[in-house]
Order: sequence, then C-alpha cells, then structure tokens
Amino acid sequence: MKFQGRVWIVGDNINTDLILPSAAFYLKPEEQVRYVFSANRPGWADEVKPGDILIGGKNFGMGSSRPAARSLKNLGLSCLLAPYINGLFFRNCVNFAFPAVECPGVDEAFEEGDIAEVDFERAAVKNVTRGTALAGKPMPPKLLALVQAGGIYPLLEKEGLIAPRAERR
Amino acid sequence: MGMTIAEKILAKKSGQAKVGPGDLVTVEVDTVVLIDNSFTASRWREILKVRDPDRIVVVFDHRVPASTTDSAEAHGTGRRFVEKFGIRRFHDVGYSQGISHQLVADHGYALPGSVLVCSDSHTCSAGVFNCIARGVGEPDVVYSAIKGETWFRVGETVRYELGGKLSRAVTAKDAFLQISGEHGDHATQNVEFGGPGVASLSIPARKTLTTMGAELSAEFATFEADEVMEEWLRARNPRPFESVCPDKDARYAAVRKVDLSALEPLVALPDSVIRNSRPVAEAAGTRIDQAFIGSCANGTLDDLALAAAVLNGQRVASTVRLIITPGSQHIYREAAKQGIIATLAEAGAVVTPSTCGACGGGHLGLLGPNETCITASTRNFKGRMGDPSARIYMGSPATVAASAIRGSITDPRDFLS
Ligand code: SF4
Repeated sequence: MKFQGRVWIVGDNINTDLILPSAAFYLKPEEQVRYVFSANRPGWADEVKPGDILIGGKNFGMGSSRPAARSLKNLGLSCLLAPYINGLFFRNCVNFAFPAVECPGVDEAFEEGDIAEVDFERAAVKNVTRGTALAGKPMPPKLLALVQAGGIYPLLEKEGLIAPRAERR
Repeated sequence: MGMTIAEKILAKKSGQAKVGPGDLVTVEVDTVVLIDNSFTASRWREILKVRDPDRIVVVFDHRVPASTTDSAEAHGTGRRFVEKFGIRRFHDVGYSQGISHQLVADHGYALPGSVLVCSDSHTCSAGVFNCIARGVGEPDVVYSAIKGETWFRVGETVRYELGGKLSRAVTAKDAFLQISGEHGDHATQNVEFGGPGVASLSIPARKTLTTMGAELSAEFATFEADEVMEEWLRARNPRPFESVCPDKDARYAAVRKVDLSALEPLVALPDSVIRNSRPVAEAAGTRIDQAFIGSCANGTLDDLALAAAVLNGQRVASTVRLIITPGSQHIYREAAKQGIIATLAEAGAVVTPSTCGACGGGHLGLLGPNETCITASTRNFKGRMGDPSARIYMGSPATVAASAIRGSITDPRDFLS
C-alpha cells in the first residue's frame, strides 16, 4: 500500500476521548467522524480531505479501547504516522485495517500542509515538500497480513464466524 | 538471561521456552470478558461460534441501569448472546452486577499465570492476581472468544520495588500518583510490582495500582504473588493454579524503589496524570463543584470505608455534589451491612448503584461547562466526565472526601490524624 497526501499534525499524548468523545458513542460510525478532535480542534473534521495523512506525537491514541481508529479511517485519512503509537490504539489500527506506521522523528520532520509519501509495507516515509526521508518500523508480517485482509471483522466474516453486518437505522 | 513475570507467562502461553522484548507472540486466552459497550449497535458484530462458553464472562457496567434506549438495546443484544451460547458467568443488572474489573477480583476469575482480555483499557487491573491481563479492541475480544487466542507485542519490563508501609491518610492511589508524576508514561513497557512493601497492601489497594497501569499506557501491570493473594483466590475459585515468580536474573529496563512510608497525599492537576502530580497543599483551596469516589480503581470496600472514616459526623459542603459509586453490588451490600453506606448518606453523599457512571462520563453525574471536579477514579482527560471545559483533579478517596466537606481541595490529614 502506497499513500501520498497532505499532512495534518497533532501533538503528543493525543487521547481516544479527543478522537471519539463519549457524546458520539451511539451515533452511526459515519456520523461519529464529525466529533474527531472537536474538543481540541473544533471544525477540523470538516477540513480533512480523503487521502490526507495524520501525523501524531508520542504515545498517540492513549486511553480507552473504543474504536477511535475506525473514526480516523472513516474520516478519509489514508494513514497514521507517529514516533510511537499507544499499544491499545495500535491494536485497533490493525483491527480496523487503518494503516499505521511507527516512525521515530516523524513528528519533527514535517510541517502541517507538507506532502508525505508513505510505503506502508516497507514503513518508508518521505517528505515530498522538503525532499527528506525517514525509516519507520515495518509491521510484523502477521499483523501486516491482518491489515491487508481488511481487518479482523472481514476476516471472521469470510470464515463464517460472524454474521454479515446488518444494515440498520 | 532470565525472564520477568510477564515474559514467563507470555512464553508459556505461546508454547515457547523463551520470549523477550521485540517479539510478537500468539497466546492462548483463558478468559474473555465482554462488556455492555461491546454490544452497542454501532459496534457489535454477531458471533456465530465460540471456542468455549466457559471461558467467557459477560458484564454490564458502563451504562447501568440503561441510560438511553441505545444502551437498553445493547443490554438486550448481550442477553441474547449469553442465552445463545449458554454462558454461565453473566452479570446482568441486579444482584451480581458490578464493574467488570471489580467482578474479576470479587469472583477470582483471573488466576496466576493465565491470560485475560477485555475490550476495556483498565483490564490490566486483573494483573494484581499475577497474570497477564490487557485491554484490547472489540474486534480482538470477538476474535479471542471465537478462536481462543490473540497476539501481543512483548515489551521490556520496569520493576517497582515497594518498601515500607502507607500511613493512614495515604493510599495506593497516592503511590500511583507518585509513580506517574515522577516517571511519566510506560508506553510499550510492562510494569511489575514486588518487594517487601507488598505484604502491607490489601488486595484492593494493590488492585488500584494495577488498574491505574492503563494510565501509564503500560502493556501489562503485574504483581508478584504472595500468601494473601493466593488465599484471596482460593476463597473464590476452586480451580488449581501455580503462581509465577520472575527469574533471579530477569532483565529489567529499570528497577525503581518506592518507599510507601515516605509518601504524602498527592493530586494530579487537570487533563493528565503524566508528570502532573503535586502535593495536595499546592492545590488546596481550589473550589470544587463535584467530588466523585468510584470506578474500577477506587470503588472497593476499603475505599468506601476510608471515605466514611473521613466523612463520619461531617456534612458535605452545600456547594458540592459528592457522588459515591461502589465497584460492585456485592461491595454495596457489604458496605451497607457494615454501616458505611449510612455514614456516607448521613454526610450528604449520593450513593449510586454500581456502574461506571460518572467515571466514564457516559451517564449519571456529568460535569457542566467550566465546572471543577476532584475525582477518585481512573482518568482525568479533558472532557472525560462531561463538558470539555470542566477541570478534573484526581486524588485518593480520602482526599476527595475531605475536599467535599470543605468545598475546596483539602489535605485529608486535616480529618484523619
Ligand atoms: S469504571 Fe471507569 S475506567 Fe473503569 S471500566 Fe468503567 S469507565 Fe472504564
């Protein structure tokens, strides 16, 4: 998977309650996206264009197990880059097949609005605007395979272990 | 080179002689806990087959009793799941209900050396029982229930050697605030607690420390076993178990000493507990609108008894709502039998049924714009307990109770000599 897009930069220790506030819990997933960062960056969700790339700071996604990674994916972001990603959030990136690359120094290597190019499998990151390159940590093959399969639910659905998603409301 | 407790359990459960930091392991899962949030329509995917219904526990805790028609619907979906697969360990609204991590302790569901997962970040709580417990995502929980296994990244381990003994107005929560204030987050790392000071801590006090491991972003938080822990489990679960000790030559990223005798009451300032702790004196006098004691970290019988000791014969300030939520209905009944609930209610506290309630800001006791709260719960993120403009301080149940009496943040030693 290769991505190229404009980057958005958020700081260190961004938590799940900022990404998916509890006020949005019972909305449909596609409606939840409007609440992303509403407490710290009101209006931001409306500015994101499909294919944009999010650069987080240290321990990105700390906090709860809620499906906040799914909200970032549904918002149209193509991938997440961060020096290191919170362990639970990283799991949910894998679970919902939202490509995430841990890449030390990435938070310093870009300014908001720069264009990034990401080779997900190789964890290679380029700042196209500045002509610089960084090496991230490739995902272990087992987890990469999960992301490539579209995440856990499509996998289990294919194996007949969970019911197809029922359309509701 | 030997292994830490977490490494030993991960090695055994993945069928390997040895694992170390950087490894990715696939492990057998002994216990899968599903909570009401997982059954929410926007999140639940209907499971058609489970590996073993006796490895599953279902708990309703986040929105109990149902706060909206959506949460009522989620409970209904959960009940149908339980019935379909004949799950016996089911904690519905009523007699056996409680916060999942508290119920795991109340019932001895997590045994030493085992692996437990639940789609809630504070699942690390169960590490008090010398096991590997982790909050995972909902898809992980569904996968574990179906396949009986999951994956973990093996991190390095930081060991905390506890020494000394807490003084009366100082609690395990203060010990946590000392660690988070001094050492910051432990992302990608395991936390291991041991040392001679463990013996002086009750299981509920130890559990406060493991539960708060989530706030350190730790992968796992695990206690060494001792007689007290083994007795606790034998009284609740007839299954045999074998405790796991770290190897003598285990490799740690750091070994840090914590002298429990030297600690004083601390508070975390709003928005984070990471490098954000201060002696209570530094925040003293800050006016509060709400005070909360509860959650999977501080809803134990010890916590309620301590709050009652502070509030005995006192009255909550007229400008403050003091909300107290027992961690389980079992604890609620015990507290009632011991007269603790009466003392709290007499002081003007609102004692609620067991639920996550005010801790998660999902229902019950939310904060309004620009309000200030002091909480003995798990998390003080911006917006966590209601409006994002509200300020949330965090302290021990003793500090919260003392603050509720004065109407402003107060050192509990003013009430407990
Ligand atoms: S009490 Fe709070 S921290 Fe614990 S499980 Fe419930 S919402 Fe999460």
